[in-house]
Amino acid sequence: MTNTNCNEMTQKYYRVDRMPHIWCPGCGHGTLMNTVVRAIDKVGLNKDDVVVVSGIGCSSRAPGYMDFNTLHTTHGRALAFATGIKMANPKLHVIVIMGDGDSSAIGGNHLIHAARRNIDITTIVFNNNIYGMTGGQFSPTTPYGDFATTAPFGNIDKAFDLCSLAQGAGATYVGRGTAYHAPLMQKLIEKGLENKGFSFIEGLSLCPTYYGRKNKKGNAFKMHSYFKDNCVDIKVVEKNPEKGENKILIGEFYNSPKTEYTEGYQVIIDKFQK
Amino acid sequence: MSNNNGYKLVQGNEACVEGALAAGMRFYAGYPITPSTEIAEISAQKLPQIGGKFIQMEDELASMAAIIGGSLAGLKSMTATSGPGFSLMQENIGYAALAEIPCVIVNVQRGGPSTGMPTSPAQGDIMQAKWGTHGDHPSISLTPNSVQETYEYTIKAFNIAEKYRTPVVLLMDETVGHMREKLKIKDSSEIEVINRKKPTCEPKDYVAYRPDEDMVPQMASFGEGYRYHVTGLTHDETGFPTNNNDVSGKLVQRIVDKVEKNIDDITYYEEYRMEDAEIVIVAFGGVSRAAKSAIDDMREKNIKVGMFRPITIWPFLEKQINDVAQKAKEIYVAEMNLGQYFLEVDRVAGKKCPVKKINKINGELITPNEITYAVTGGAIND
Ligand SMILES: Cc1ncc(C[n+]2csc(CCOP(=O)(O)OP(=O)(O)O)c2C)c(N)n1
Ligand code: SF4
Ligand SMILES: [Mg+2]
Repeated sequence: MTNTNCNEMTQKYYRVDRMPHIWCPGCGHGTLMNTVVRAIDKVGLNKDDVVVVSGIGCSSRAPGYMDFNTLHTTHGRALAFATGIKMANPKLHVIVIMGDGDSSAIGGNHLIHAARRNIDITTIVFNNNIYGMTGGQFSPTTPYGDFATTAPFGNIDKAFDLCSLAQGAGATYVGRGTAYHAPLMQKLIEKGLENKGFSFIEGLSLCPTYYGRKNKKGNAFKMHSYFKDNCVDIKVVEKNPEKGENKILIGEFYNSPKTEYTEGYQVIIDKFQK
Repeated sequence: MSNNNGYKLVQGNEACVEGALAAGMRFYAGYPITPSTEIAEISAQKLPQIGGKFIQMEDELASMAAIIGGSLAGLKSMTATSGPGFSLMQENIGYAALAEIPCVIVNVQRGGPSTGMPTSPAQGDIMQAKWGTHGDHPSISLTPNSVQETYEYTIKAFNIAEKYRTPVVLLMDETVGHMREKLKIKDSSEIEVINRKKPTCEPKDYVAYRPDEDMVPQMASFGEGYRYHVTGLTHDETGFPTNNNDVSGKLVQRIVDKVEKNIDDITYYEEYRMEDAEIVIVAFGGVSRAAKSAIDDMREKNIKVGMFRPITIWPFLEKQINDVAQKAKEIYVAEMNLGQYFLEVDRVAGKKCPVKKINKINGELITPNEITYAVTGGAIND
């Protein structure tokens, strides 16, 4: 699985002069960012043709460290900006990085509509089940009963399953990895990049600073171990359904290419351009 | 739709699209709303026919975001809306101002607040066009009063947006958007089209937000080999976020100054029968048409009245209003709101001569008679 060697990777794909990054020790976002970069390298995209777009949040700071065309937008709107970019220049490889709140609370509308259009954008959500940047408020993926600064007595909101949401809305490639299962995460992103259409990859992340502390999940090591012990690949569960009981499913959930949006628009141009 | 000798009989909204296309618009993103919808419909029809792109987004937040993305990827981009949608666009209009992304936002004003009066004319978004997004920022708004002018000033809106790398608002009103008049489509050789400055240096030497002497940085499109970072956080010349107070303050000052200090370059107005006018009516957009007619009536009765019509609403034409106030004995500001533009006129002219309001907010146009009545005796708002 190793691509280019580590140091070369860093020099080639990161804006080393922007380091150190803002993330807390043990934060899962850095590992997930690295899986994105490795996937880009593996697929062999030209850096000049890659655009990485994000919203607002700890996760959305990732593009600033990545040496591509990068756009840090407004909270929730990354996919709408990205849609404009992809429409204007379909040759660009457009990747969107968002947090759970960014993508599914304030940006939920844009998520379902980008998925519905099947526009060729590879979307990666760093899901840490909390609003990290603003200090630990609950998000649409905070589990029922968990604690957050705005759910001091336990969260009574029910959580989204982001992959089901994206698939239901029309995404043509869907998968879930974690910050612990980095090689799987990288593989899913590679396949997402190769899918000509809307790809949605959820990366379970961890926020030891807020979610971990509020919910007594222990340090970052313990939170990683939790992923190790509680995640099962869907391929395993398909063969042995009992292995999926009370576990978090990971792996490739859906892969069913359909007509891509900008290609559909190009057909109109070709037919009606004077 | 007749088409003879280069003339067409069209609505203001169609003229807006014609102007946009003439200026080089190749991307439109929008969400339908009365009374601007024809702009989306005609764009959807025309853009693919010239290789351009149209997309109907899920809402106006997304529309505004999409045109910023489209502009960054190299296409001249526009959206059109009315009050409720204009409100939703505000956060990303501020983004375009700070990140210096050229784009045009058309607001065909209708009666507000809220859903208000969707099919009735109003001019209630004057202050919103200036201050709708949070923080200090540059604001440019142009207000045409005819179909032909809508065409001309849509072209100018794009040119200004490109030249100064900033969002420009074309503030129409329902009257102008839906009225039908003849439009002369110009030959491309007669139209001045301005394009954003592109970097001339090598990518490795590109400093994305380093301004030239004109205070405007050069703009590379994504995909041209200049990999750079764009953010809505205050940033230094490299484009990366900074918390440095000095750098942040200077950035906001620069984006305001690049517009305010070039105000002469974006100053457009009309003076009507002002030679010897003692009474001056300040009016713009649809209302200025009624004012003209009222002035002609009053002139027949030897009343020395004229009109100053700002086409550039923002930045405020302080110098011109000041000149008007030097000579006038009385100024009336006629507008379809409760006195928004009046506030600015009064600020500048109020110490030199009395400034009075003529307002109407019930969804009906201000009529020539109402203006005449106000100037010669009563006032319709009291
Ligand atoms: C319009 C708007 N509302 C609220 C905020 C404040 N805000 C910034 S980040 C954020 C939540 C981020 O959470 P998430 O998307 O999960 O990202 P994380 O920080 O956890 O990676 C909020 C509410 C904002 N920047 N803009
Ligand atoms: S607050 Fe949480 S999400 Fe944000 S950097 Fe720290 S650990 Fe990561
Ligand atoms: Mg989060």
